[in-house]
Amino acid sequence: MKKPEPLIFELSQPGRGATAQHPPGVTAELPQRLRRRSRLPLPEVSELQAVRHYTRLSQMNFGIDTQFYPLGSCTMKYNPRICNSLALLPEFLGRHPLAPASTGQGFMSCLFELQEMLRQVTGMAAVSLTPMAGAQGEFAGVAMIRAYHRARGDTARNEIIVPDAAHGTNPATASMCGMKVREIASRPDGDVDLAALDAALSGATAGIMLTNPSTLGVFERNIVEIERRVHAAGGLLYYDGANLNAILGKVRPGDMGFDVIHMNLHKTFSTPHGGGGPGSGAVGVGPRLAPYMPVPVVSKDDGRYRWLDERDLPQSIGRLSGFMGNSGVLLRAWVYMRILGAEGMRRVAEYSTLNANYLLARLVEAGFDAAYPGRRASHEFIITLKRQARETGANAMDFAKRLLDHGYHAPTTYFPLLVPECLLIEPTETETREELDGFVEAMAAILREAAADAATLKGAPYTLPVRRLDDVRAARQLDVAWKPAAA
Amino acid sequence: MSQIPADLRYTKSHEWVRTLPDGSVEIGITDHAQHSLGDMVFVEVPEAGRKLAAGDACAVVESVKAASDVYSPVAGEVIAGNAELATRPELINQDPYGQGWIMRLKPAAAGAGGLLDATAYAAEVAAAG
Repeated sequence: MKKPEPLIFELSQPGRGATAQHPPGVTAELPQRLRRRSRLPLPEVSELQAVRHYTRLSQMNFGIDTQFYPLGSCTMKYNPRICNSLALLPEFLGRHPLAPASTGQGFMSCLFELQEMLRQVTGMAAVSLTPMAGAQGEFAGVAMIRAYHRARGDTARNEIIVPDAAHGTNPATASMCGMKVREIASRPDGDVDLAALDAALSGATAGIMLTNPSTLGVFERNIVEIERRVHAAGGLLYYDGANLNAILGKVRPGDMGFDVIHMNLHKTFSTPHGGGGPGSGAVGVGPRLAPYMPVPVVSKDDGRYRWLDERDLPQSIGRLSGFMGNSGVLLRAWVYMRILGAEGMRRVAEYSTLNANYLLARLVEAGFDAAYPGRRASHEFIITLKRQARETGANAMDFAKRLLDHGYHAPTTYFPLLVPECLLIEPTETETREELDGFVEAMAAILREAAADAATLKGAPYTLPVRRLDDVRAARQLDVAWKPAAA
Repeated sequence: MSQIPADLRYTKSHEWVRTLPDGSVEIGITDHAQHSLGDMVFVEVPEAGRKLAAGDACAVVESVKAASDVYSPVAGEVIAGNAELATRPELINQDPYGQGWIMRLKPAAAGAGGLLDATAYAAEVAAAG
């Protein structure tokens, strides 16, 4: 087992340092009265110590560059290096956000093309790239729904319907926008319960938030009927782009009748994520919501690109970021889509779905239970370890932790909440068959181990620098700040 | 097998209701619910005086696995939330029908209309597997 790496503060010795890293002569210019009198409690280490410390930390990373990472509903796919290289061209990096449009035509042409490509692949009327993350894209979507109803004087609509399989961000978004959340149940086969939908629809319905394919890993077969009923009741339809990867170039949310969608460009369109950002939650709108889009948006008039702002879209919900969203993420998405083209995007959907169905079939062969047997998986699927937990005492968390010892990142555990002892598995289109087979072998080995020796699973992982964490203590005593020992 | 005391009433969403001698009711979540959720790390209880309709979200229980709303099984006015849970959320795991109570309510109407008895709730739990 590897030795746990100390904090850099614990490596500190007074007087050590890397003089090469000190900015020369700055303090001499600072007036005496503005200078600190006490030293900052910063670690003092040599340059080599710092290099080794951060290199060792980087080697502890469990990520897509080193391991299969089937974290369901997160789409941890490989992001081609070229997307990053081109987004880092000095002409992009050096562009000042306040530079006039006349000197940023190249950058703006990329954004304009990105808007157009996203519009085409989703079937929406217009796209705004400004939201800086998925949650902000969701917020923009529901804020536009609210603005639409208000502009029509339809002010009694204050309810958002959310299926119980939704990401937790959906009800959170609705609440942030001052809406009441009406949760509706899913049927045992994973589709929305239409009777529950009818019971929830009323003159108070502002809209419904749907993820399709859903987080249950299945395509909502009643989407046409849902669209008809929600629109007939005067509500609008919001599409959560969490699982867009499964349907790229195959089915378009606009054709399903959605009025607004958000897309996680950092997830579906090639920006490494999982480290907390930066992201991009671009939104697409149907004709009804186009006047309310967040600004700025890029337009093209007579071959010149210009920013549309509040003067062009006076009913806009406003600005969500200081300038133009996270431009680096937008540029990576542009490169990725230009490389793939329409044909490549269809292959993303086909291979992510094929990989998921292959993995599901092989895991069922190996003795695991599909949570929705009889349903074809989308790009992800759920197995439930309810039976194994009852028979062996080893639960989904124990399986997940043991996978780490086999060199695999664990799938999502205990989500969605309505499936007991579940693992939500998303292999993505970028994995080879050999890699998927290796994962099946590891799962089968853990299954045999659970039957023979569940106690070993309970203690996993064994091969990582940190063993099983005390989840309860970590959550009850949220104390993560390092403090120097009292002198 | 989880405990389901015979003298309480239950909801399909796994709350229990106990009628106290003064006509007020005590409400918590069932043994089955605490077991499914796992170790509690945070509980938010309602403040006294809050008026609730039956089915209103009245409290939040957060475990290492999930955060869930607790729904008021009956309509009424909150007399007290269990303040002890702020520092000892584990009481819900240790003693769900006793020290782990979540709130006391003055019900808007007498009786336990629409609630399940222990046998019916046990059947619900068994059906859910």
